Formats: sequence, C-alpha cells, structure tokens
Amino acid sequence: MLVYLVRRLGQSLLAIVAMAVLVFAGVYAIGNPVDVLINPEATQAEIAATMQRLGLDRPLYEQFGIFVMNALQGDLGTSFVYGRPALAIIMERLPATMELALVALFLSVAIGIPLGVWAGLRPDSIAGRTIMGGSILGFSLPNFWQGMLLILVFAVLLGWLPAGGRGETTEFLGLQVSFLTWDGLTHLILPAINLALFKMSLIIRLARANTREVSLQDYVKFARAKGLSGRRVVMVHILKNIMIPVVTIIGLELGSMVAFAIVTETVFAWPGMGKLLIDSINLLDRPVIVAYLMLTVLIIVSINLLVDVIYSLLDPRIRLSEMKG
Amino acid sequence: MTVKTLTLPLAAGCLVASLAQAHAQELSIGLKSEATSMDPHFHQLSTNIQVGKNIFEALTTQDAVQKVTPGLAESWEAVDDTTWRFKLRKGVKFHDGSDFTARDVIYSFCRVPLVQNSPSAYTIFTGGIAEMTAEDDHTLIIKTKDTNPLWPTELWSLAIISANALGAEEDVVFAPDGECTGMGEVPQAPAFNSPDIAVGTGPYKLESYTRGSELTVTRFEDYWGGTPEWERVVMRPITSDGPRVAALLAGDVDLIESPPIQDLPRIEEAGFSVVDALSNRIIYLHMQQLDDAPGIGGTDGKNPLQDARVREAISLSINREAIAERIMGGYAQPAGELLPPPMFGTSGREVDPYDPERAKELLAEAGYPDGFTLNLGTPNDRYINDEQIAQAVAQMMARIGIQTTVDATTASQFFSRRNALEFPIYMAGWGASSGDMSSPLKSLVATYDETTGTGTTNAGRYSNPEMDALLAEAMSTIDDAKRDEMLQQAETMVLDDYGIIPLHYEQTVWAMKSDLSYEPRVDQYTMAREVKKAE
Amino acid sequence: MSQTTANAPVRVDSPARRILRQFMEDPVAVIGLILFVAIAALAIAAPWIAPQNPYDLTQLDIMDSALPPGEVSFGSGQTYWLGTDRQGRDMLSGILYGLRISLLVASVSLGLAITIGTIVGVTAAYFGGRLDSFIMRIVDLQLSFPAILIALILLALLGRGVDKVILALVIVQWAYYARTVRSSAIVERRKDYIDAARCLALSDRRIMFRHLLPNCVPPLIVVATVQIAQAIALEATLSFLGVGVPITEPSLGLLIANGYDYLLSGSYWISLFPGIALVVTIVAINLVGDRLRDVLNPRLQK
Repeated sequence: MLVYLVRRLGQSLLAIVAMAVLVFAGVYAIGNPVDVLINPEATQAEIAATMQRLGLDRPLYEQFGIFVMNALQGDLGTSFVYGRPALAIIMERLPATMELALVALFLSVAIGIPLGVWAGLRPDSIAGRTIMGGSILGFSLPNFWQGMLLILVFAVLLGWLPAGGRGETTEFLGLQVSFLTWDGLTHLILPAINLALFKMSLIIRLARANTREVSLQDYVKFARAKGLSGRRVVMVHILKNIMIPVVTIIGLELGSMVAFAIVTETVFAWPGMGKLLIDSINLLDRPVIVAYLMLTVLIIVSINLLVDVIYSLLDPRIRLSEMKG
Repeated sequence: MTVKTLTLPLAAGCLVASLAQAHAQELSIGLKSEATSMDPHFHQLSTNIQVGKNIFEALTTQDAVQKVTPGLAESWEAVDDTTWRFKLRKGVKFHDGSDFTARDVIYSFCRVPLVQNSPSAYTIFTGGIAEMTAEDDHTLIIKTKDTNPLWPTELWSLAIISANALGAEEDVVFAPDGECTGMGEVPQAPAFNSPDIAVGTGPYKLESYTRGSELTVTRFEDYWGGTPEWERVVMRPITSDGPRVAALLAGDVDLIESPPIQDLPRIEEAGFSVVDALSNRIIYLHMQQLDDAPGIGGTDGKNPLQDARVREAISLSINREAIAERIMGGYAQPAGELLPPPMFGTSGREVDPYDPERAKELLAEAGYPDGFTLNLGTPNDRYINDEQIAQAVAQMMARIGIQTTVDATTASQFFSRRNALEFPIYMAGWGASSGDMSSPLKSLVATYDETTGTGTTNAGRYSNPEMDALLAEAMSTIDDAKRDEMLQQAETMVLDDYGIIPLHYEQTVWAMKSDLSYEPRVDQYTMAREVKKAE
Repeated sequence: MSQTTANAPVRVDSPARRILRQFMEDPVAVIGLILFVAIAALAIAAPWIAPQNPYDLTQLDIMDSALPPGEVSFGSGQTYWLGTDRQGRDMLSGILYGLRISLLVASVSLGLAITIGTIVGVTAAYFGGRLDSFIMRIVDLQLSFPAILIALILLALLGRGVDKVILALVIVQWAYYARTVRSSAIVERRKDYIDAARCLALSDRRIMFRHLLPNCVPPLIVVATVQIAQAIALEATLSFLGVGVPITEPSLGLLIANGYDYLLSGSYWISLFPGIALVVTIVAINLVGDRLRDVLNPRLQK
C-alpha cells in the first residue's frame, strides 16, 4: 500500500514538472505579455522597462530557473496582470468552481442512477427507450450551445432564473458558498444543470449497462425466481454491483467537470477558475496559467488516488498493490 | 417576422425584472471586462480607469467629448513653456474625512514610480516632471522636462490618493524618478482591496471588491461636487456579450456597456433605451513598407505595398459604407481621417470613395494587372466585430484581384506577431486617449525610433521624414491654433501618401433601463458617476 | 436484442453476418446509420451540390449579410434557403462545407489515433513486463486528464489551423485506443494458440498483427464510435472557446460559435441550423455506436 502510494505520488510529480516545462516554453512562444498589457502609447523605453520589471527580459531558462526556485518555496509566481500571487488569485476562484462541479455531480448522480437502473431493468419499455434516447441527446448536445439555449429559454423568454453571475454568497465552513441563499441558489441552477447534463447521460448509460449485465446473472435470476420482490432485487443486488464502476466514474468525472466548467463558466459568467484560465490565456498571464494547471493536476491526482482507496474498500478482492498506477 | 415571436414573451420577463427594482437608490452595471486592481496607479487599462474614476479624481477632468475641464485643480496657467501653476480646489475632503492639499498631489505623483510589478505603468506621464513644489497648501508649481502642450490633458490620468491614508510623513518632497523623500512605507497594489487604503476624493467610496464577481461602491456624502446620484453602485464584469445582454433583459443589471450591435433592435423593442456616440477609436489598415515583407505572393519577391498607387488601390477597393451598414449595423462611421472631426487636429478630409474600377486601373499602372496574394492580420476579440470586418475587407480586395487570406488570432497573439512584423497588412484600432491628432500620428505613422519614442505602434514601418519634422514641431508648440494647423498638415501628408488607410470610427453603445440616462463618452468609458435618473 | 439468438440457437452464422443481422433488428439504430451515411455523402459531395463555395471570398457579398431563410441575393439572384451569416455566406453551403471540415477533422484524427493507439496497445500486450507497465503508466496518466483541458492548452500554444486541431485531437485520443486494444489483446495472448504460434517461430510482428489484432476489433469499433462523436463535439467546443479552425474556413462548430453571438438577436438561423446539423450528426453516430455496443458485447449474448 505504501509503496503504491509513493509510486503514484512520484508519477504525479513527474507529470506536474513535465507540464510546467511545456507550458512555460509554450506561453513564451505564443507572445510577449507586455505587448497585450501595456498602454499602446508607451514608448520603446517604457516597454523595455516593463519587461525588466516583470522579469521578462531574461533568457527563458533563467526565468524558468527562478520559477523553479520560488516554486520549491511554495511561491508560484506573481500574476503579470493582477500584481498578486498567482496561487492566491486562483484560490479565490476555487470555491466557486468546486461548488458548481459538486452540485452538478450531485445532480447527475441523483438523477442519473435511478433513471439508468430503470432503463436497464426494462430495456424495451417505452420509458426505458425514452431515457436512453434522452441520454443520447444529452450526450450529443454541444455544451456551450445547450447553455445558450438554457439562458434563452429560462432567463430571457420565461424570466424565471438569472442569466449569469454567482449571486449572493454566505460563509460556510470558512468558504464563500452560494447554495445557502435563495439568490445564490437561483444563480446556481442553470449552470449546474448545464454542467450536469453530459455527465448525467454518461451515468445513465453506465448504470443501465451494468444493471443489464447484473440482471442477466444467475444469482439475480435465481433471486427473482425465488420470489423476492423486484424492488428488493434492485436494491440489494444490482445497486451493490454497480457501485464500483459508478464510484470510479464519479471520481474521474469530478476532475473532468472541473475542466469542463471552463465552458459553462464562460457561458454563464460564473466567476470560477475556468474563466480565469481563459482570461489568463488571452492575456498571456503565464504565472496564473502555470499555477492553474499545477493545481488542477494536483486535484485530479488526489481524486484518482481517493477513488482507488474507496475502490479497495468497496471490493476487498482488489488490493491496491496489485493495481496499475 | 420571426423576430417578433421571440420578443413578445420577452416583455413578460422584463416585467418581473422591473418589480425587483424596488430600491431605486441602487444602480447595477454590467461591464464587459474586470478591473485588475483597485490601485489607480497599477495598470493603465480602460476598465481600471473607468472604475477608478468613481473613487479617485485627478487635477483635471475630461468631459464626454474629451474637452479638458477643471477637476481637483480649479484653474491652471502656463507660466512659461515648461512651467505650470495649478490652483487647487479648497474644501475638498477625502473619504476618510481628511482635507485635500498639495501634499496629496505630490505624494500621488511620487508613488507612481514606486508601484511594483506594473504591467503598464503611469510613469509615462510622471516621467516628464522635472520639479514639483507647493507654494502653499492649494497652489502647486510643476516644471516639465520638455515643452508639453498636452500636460493638462495628461494629468487626467494621474489619480490623486490620500497621503495620510497611505502613511506618508508630514513633509513629502518631490524628486524625479522615484527619489522622493517622506514617502513612508508605500502600500502596494494588493492593499487597495481594502477601503482603508483605497481612499480618494471621488463621489463614491469603495465598499467591497469580490474578484470575478462584483465591485460595490457607496455614496460619499461629503463629496465636493454635490450629493452623488446613487446610494450604492454595483459593477459586475460579464465578459461574454450574450450573457451581458441577457442580464440586462432579465433585469439583473440596469445598464450595460457595449451590447453587441446585432442585439440592439431587440433591446430597444423590449423597452430599454440605447445611447451611442462616435468614439475616438479609428479602425485602420497598416501596410508594411520594408523590402522583405512576409506573406506576399505572386510578385517575384517585390513588395507591392511600397507603391503608393497600390496602397491607394486598396483604399479605393473598400466599400466603407457597406461595412458600416451591413457589419456594424449602422453603428460605425466611414472614416477619412485618424480622428473624427471636429476633434483637435482634424481637417475634415473627405472619406475615400468606393471605386473598384479605378482601383484596378491603379493596380495595372503599378504593374500588377493580375493582382497578387496577401495575408491580412487581425485580432478576433479586440475591436467591435473585428474579424468580421477583416473578412469583408478581404472580400473587397479579392474583387480587385488581390487574393487575401485572413489571419485572425486572439489579441494576445496578434499584438505579439504584429510587433514582430509578421503581417504584410494588418487591421487594428487606435483610441486617442488625449483626444488630439498628435496621438495617432506619433504612435501609428511617425518613423519607428527608439531614441525619440515615436512610431511604437508603426508595425508597417511607414516613414515620412518631412511629416516627422512637422509633428515634432507641433508637439512643442503651446499655442493651440498653430498646433492645430500643423497637425492638420502632418495628417494630410500621410493620408495623401496612403501611409495608413482609415476604415471607420467605432461608435460606442450603451443600453439601459428606460428610466436611466447616460451621456455617451467619446473615450468609450462607462462611468457610474455619470449615470443619471431620466427626467 | 438478444431474444432472437436465444430462440434460434441452431443457426450458424459468420460473426460479421450475425452482428449485421442483430444490428438491423433495432430500427432506431438503422435510422441512425442511414442518417449518418446520408450526412457523410452530403459532406463528401459538398463541392458539387452546394450552391456556393463559402470559402471563396469572391463569392461572398456582405450586401447579403444576415438574410433570413428564403431571401434572395441582392446581387446574384440566388436564393438562400437557410439564410446567410454576417459575411453574406450561404448557410446551406456553409453547413455542407462545415460538415466536411468537421468530419474530416474527426475521421483523420480518428484514423491516426487508432493507428498509434493500436500499435502501442498491441506492443504493450504482446511484450508485457516492464515495457507494458511503462506504456500503460503513460496511458493512464494521460487519461486522467480531461481531454478538453489538454486540447485547449495545446491549441492555445499551437495557434489556429485544421492540421493543428487534428494534431491536438490525436494527442488527446490515442490513449483510449491503446488501452482498449491492450486489454483485449492481453486476454487473447494468454490463449494456447499464441504460444503455439510462438513455438512455430512466427515473427513477433506477424503474431501481433495477424493473430492478436483481429480479436481487438469489436471493442475498438465501440470505442471509435463514441470517440468520433466526442471528437466532433470537442472540435466545436474548441472553436467556441476561440481556438480551432481558421475563421475563413469554418467547421460546423465555428459556424455555431459565430451564430452564438446572434442567437439572442433574432437571427436564429445562423446558429440554429448548423447546431441542428451538428446534433443530428452526433446523435446518428451515437445511435449506431450504442447498438454496436450491445451487439458486440459478448456478455449480453447469452
């Protein structure tokens, strides 16, 4: 177990370093942030002074060296745009993104699993086919287009929900959250649904496929033959058997939700870190881009690790040391 | 029409919205970008400036048409070519209750070079100060290093902050280049998120700044210019166009800046008012003049853009009316100059006609009867409908035989590539922050020269020494009438030579609830302090 | 569905025919297949059937910009059945050509990713040991990152272009195929006939590609149908985020992204029609993929 954990952490570290190098060189290649940030009326001398102030006049390897030295001390650099530590800027945005992703994940699981199990038990019924048809549609709609349609219908045509932004927030466990106030909740609904639809379709399909497989297995058929009620069969046998793949997918999808939030946050003007990433790419704010990616890698790696641990708890036959990284 | 079916239910949505607006003392504004800092000396960026102007003020102000008017200075005079005397306004209070004096001005100007990590520093204004002394608490003498007729105009950019709130010593003494004494420990940009540090004399006080979400300011009761209109103003960055319009239509905000042009009919039909004004921003084409210009094909290695006839042909090939009407929805005005008349230094020159036949003749005369190929660079997220305009220009040039491909990238890549001279021809925009012809001439068409600091944005490397000389002379002439005439001449020289091709002036648009009014500004700023309740 | 086979166990079919027959039993899947074939045919035939070449700037006229469906051109007298966009581009032609680009990007990247993924996957499975665990470590590491994030960063660094989008899609997709191929191949490798083949001193390459590979095809097809739909959607999303194909040669995704700005303004056709074309394409592929998954899954064949 310990060996396994160490190996996993080593790999993740390697991934983070590789990415930092890539992004560092890449952003350097795209362009010079000063070209975008500076007042166009500035003279050549002022441009040179600004480059010097931001440390951009040094050769790339030197800039990278300074970055690594500082990173080892926990300093991921100062944003070119905001003049504040990049990590602090991202941490300000992290709660908004995590809240959105978790609510979306909750929605997709709470709605997706029952629908999927139902469709799996009655694959040829009208309800089952409708659910599958709907899931294919949910799977196929481009996320940004679907978001705009949601705004058009619910915010503009019907006027039921706000079109964007985060609404009122309150403090909960030391974090600013919006789901505890009515205003915050109304702002949360549309973006959360937009982010959830795709994953929900995924979970419906997964739950259906697993339910079908399990319900064809002998012990379930046997249980039914023995006269156990349909509900009990579903509850005990099927749910137990589909938990492992579902937990896996939830874990893996939480990471991808954090990433996919980029699109939803752009459409709904949700002040999360995905939107910060897009803005930072447009402004070539390298410290923020690098810090964002390092943080995201860290989040994803930790979630994966957590999933593996839960996996082993759910199914004692799996031992962590045997698993591939 | 299909538009109708979409609009009718919309009115219902707005009804709900107007009910919510019960507390009429609060104003909520949807901005298209977010301030990067509350420190008014940190970053020269239009969003920072327009937001900061509610909290901080400067010695002078610029009104909606960029005319310089008194601000914290009641009056000023040029004692000689490089010496200015400013009479400061009496009885002005800072948000923390302290009095505004000459010491605050000196402290503010002294702080500018001490701001760390600035991506675009205000030193471009303070760098020209040679000496600064207070004759008394409300009289200030400023000596500039060179003759600078635009000094009062430029002062608008330098926000005055409270020396007391920032912890200055009793005596603040000016010295150039950040060598002032008595500054104490100077707070840096992040400290300005606190209302205790972000202390100005403006009509609104900073209440809170939640990054990415909203900025709230509240009324400053002791404001010298009378009681401000709103008790509370909330400014929200909504960077995507669609959601910003949706937020207005849904009643989440009361006023938005830059609604997309195509949405205006719909916004008006829904009962909102729309105001617009010609801006100081010119959209232009710039052509590379160097021998080895990249991205040109079919000319045996020659650069056809060095021939003024070819440049004229390009100008004549463009149907500016069609662009203004079809792409800009009427919210643009075809341009014949670099700044819309009657602003300072304009001559009222005619807009080039649309004459593709003549353009083809010119191309033939220049030795390119079959045209050539060209790569047109443009940003796709910087100016109103920028990549659409570039595509239309490419269409039009293709019709006279210049096969044009459009290379559209985000502004970050575009500016870097443009400055690296990667485009043979590019489209960009220029807003004259001084509202004066010297601004576009100096930056866009004057010869690129690092020692004089001219031609910084002249990425076509156009050079006209005669014009350079005339411009330099104008820039050191204090007499407005003479300067006006010289600038007109200099501009005409460039335009006669087709050194730059003006396309159109952007028109800036604001949309708001019908019970509000806003006087549209030439400089495109959205200033909460100028939003009024409609009579 | 599996009832038919269960009721008629005596008939002996070749696997391909059995799959085809089972596939055809689901009318929805058949409709999906027909739709997809029709869409692909339209895309391939676009240069001959489209009223206009939307990539030729001389054929566009901005005087015709943003005309609603059914309007007639001011200049050429051509009728725009699906309207025009801001550039005066005929939407019908734009959609046909856009489909072409979208399908081209998706299928070329699919082909490249499958090739790379298959070679890597079979190699890993066949040789096993350290090589296998090294390759699979990389695959797992990459799969743990969301595709959109990798593609977004890559394209932000590479710039716009059809070739660059294809490259980015290959990079984010190859690992799926490598993992799929490996897991099927590794099951197959343990079987006796592979050992027999080795004893006969057949070349490694021959064993890998003549014996291991054919067994990996069914799961590969299932993954490929899911991935091609994903690739089309991903390309559209990237174009929406401002990275992707060049604006003068729009794919379906870029047409939608352009029209997105006009969705609220009442010029619904600029975004709606390409959006419908995109959704129909993806749904068609997914319907086919869904059925294939059922048909090709041996565990549902009882």
